[in-house]
Amino acid sequence: MPRSAARRAGSPFTGLGPVFMKELSDHLSSIRMLVLTLFVIVFGALPVGFALQDLRNVVVSDPYLFLRIFTVTPERVGLSFILALNFIIPLMAIGLGFDSVNSEFNRRTLSRVLSQPIYRDALLLGKFLGGLTTLAVALVALWLIVLGSGLLLLGLPPRGVEVARGVGFLIVAIAYGGVWLAVAMLFSVIFRSTATSALCALGLWLFFFILWPMIASAITIGFAPAQVTSIDQYVAIQELGLALQRLSPGTLFSEAVVGLLNPETRTLGFMLPQQMRGAIPEAPLPLDQSLILIWPQLTGLVAGMIVVFAVAYIVFQREEVRA
Amino acid sequence: MADNVIEARGLLKLYGSQRAVDAIDLDIHRGEIFGLLGPNGAGKTTTILMMLGLTEISGGTVEVLGFNPVREPLEVKRRVGYLPDSVGFYDHMTARENLLYTARLLAIPRSQAGRRIMEALESVKLADVADKRVATFSRGMRQRLGIAEIVMKQAEVAILDEPTSGLDPHATFELLEMIRGLKKAGVAVLLSSHLLDRVQSVCDRVALFNKGKIALMGSVVQLANQVLGAGHPFLVEAEGADVAAALRGVEGVQTVVPEGEGAWRVMADRDVRAAAAERIVSTGGSLTRLADLQPSLEEVYTRYFQEARHAA
Ligand SMILES: Nc1ncnc2c1ncn2[C@@H]1O[C@H](COP(=O)(O)OP(=O)(O)OP(=O)(O)O)[C@@H](O)[C@H]1O
Ligand SMILES: [Mg+2]
Repeated sequence: MPRSAARRAGSPFTGLGPVFMKELSDHLSSIRMLVLTLFVIVFGALPVGFALQDLRNVVVSDPYLFLRIFTVTPERVGLSFILALNFIIPLMAIGLGFDSVNSEFNRRTLSRVLSQPIYRDALLLGKFLGGLTTLAVALVALWLIVLGSGLLLLGLPPRGVEVARGVGFLIVAIAYGGVWLAVAMLFSVIFRSTATSALCALGLWLFFFILWPMIASAITIGFAPAQVTSIDQYVAIQELGLALQRLSPGTLFSEAVVGLLNPETRTLGFMLPQQMRGAIPEAPLPLDQSLILIWPQLTGLVAGMIVVFAVAYIVFQREEVRA
Repeated sequence: MADNVIEARGLLKLYGSQRAVDAIDLDIHRGEIFGLLGPNGAGKTTTILMMLGLTEISGGTVEVLGFNPVREPLEVKRRVGYLPDSVGFYDHMTARENLLYTARLLAIPRSQAGRRIMEALESVKLADVADKRVATFSRGMRQRLGIAEIVMKQAEVAILDEPTSGLDPHATFELLEMIRGLKKAGVAVLLSSHLLDRVQSVCDRVALFNKGKIALMGSVVQLANQVLGAGHPFLVEAEGADVAAALRGVEGVQTVVPEGEGAWRVMADRDVRAAAAERIVSTGGSLTRLADLQPSLEEVYTRYFQEARHAA
């Protein structure tokens, strides 16, 4: 319990390693992981395949040709790779986390495991890190496949800076997955029934994907005065809309990814035409500038992950172990 | 102190305003088998969970092997083996893999873990199914695997919550043998159970729980004396003559209660069976049975809770 937590003896991370290793090997050998991987490959391969076909026909030399594989929206499928990832990653994370704690209740293994010398902290963290590592392994594999097929079909290697941006993209993607993994685990702590927790996590995911953009714009319109009288007012309204959108992890992810993979991106916020005037259009930003640009989004994702995990932790500490 | 592995003083657990465990004092001695008995909802599991630091303590103190489960739960859990009621294992893993995971959590060195696991599995007769998935195990096998975990852990104290519930008589017998084995290995055992007659045979001391309080505590004989009254009960079956009158004439006999056709239940303040037999025969009766009645925990239990209910 939090009250006594400050006084308790022994490291909270005792036993973290074994829990982590078990979770990882459970995930990697599970049928569920196989299904998720298939799912990812199908959804990832489609846009990448078509994007590569489109890109092979591009004549103008593009210094960031490799990154376009990720970002270009192929003519025939209307879905870019990053857009596909935007909704696949939450689905994978939910698939890995929705039953992580409540299944231990239901299998009645929780009280037996917690009667070993281990704090609940280590159990929860080990499960989280195990899931996150699994997710990272899947994403890295996917990333390598995309890179490899690009290499084969475009016939040229990516430049160092492209690889660096690609690695940045991977990190953002893992952080994004971490947010949803934490959400799924939170539900797995709250609900004893795995079906309920899966349903709630998926419900939240659908909410953010479908309802939240509409709600955000409805709120923005509601706050807007009937007559916009000044530029300042207009900017304020736009910024409110953007701020609301950014409460959705998906928005943070796509902004950060666009900033990284489209080096031409100069701003992620709302911009007035006169602000753009000074900027040279189409001139790519150096990597460090792009990193500074997306830093708030990345920290936002990481902070969201930590906050949700902390809530799950607090709820778990107060839970009765008996089934 | 040195002789007690568990010491509880005024141990209290509140669920809202309900006193699930109501300020109990409890000592478990080193090397004994102690039974926690009581009806459903009496607070046995709650008491056990508090001893392991698995649920918050609302008041009082408890020390396990000199450690405070609230502040030093890891020290307690390193030394205490726990078999929860309806214990679960990871079904997709084998018995050996399940124990290996526990061994890792216990930080048992790899070089020792394999041997300790096999020895533990052998001691509960599961060695031949060590590499079968636990999903295929019966309930009795799972309970035994739980005991194997405690053996592998080399625990100083074993806490078993309803270890025999749901087991058939043979499996129960086997499990109780294993519990005796733990005691022989010097492990103090705390167990809770409903199967009173079975428990009676293994427990050195018992505590009767009722509504969160310890109603009675002591050895089975002590409890019997306390609840059923001190004395030597025995059963007489005889034919002919006025047996009841003859028995009442024996010195030391307190009560004679008929128990069906030609049978009487006699309570005496000492062992008067020889005198009783002599008297029946000398008055012309023929004695067919004369049996000493062991005090049964079942009887103590039923009688006690009947009286408690009447009093309420
Ligand atoms: N999480 C909880 N919230 C509220 N009350 C609880 C909770 N857990 C247990 N109780 C109450 O505490 C009391 C003691 O429960 P406990 O499980 O310790 O009994 P028990 O003696 O182990 O019973 P059983 O033989 O059924 O296992 C019961 O009245 C129960 O209703
Ligand atoms: Mg119980």
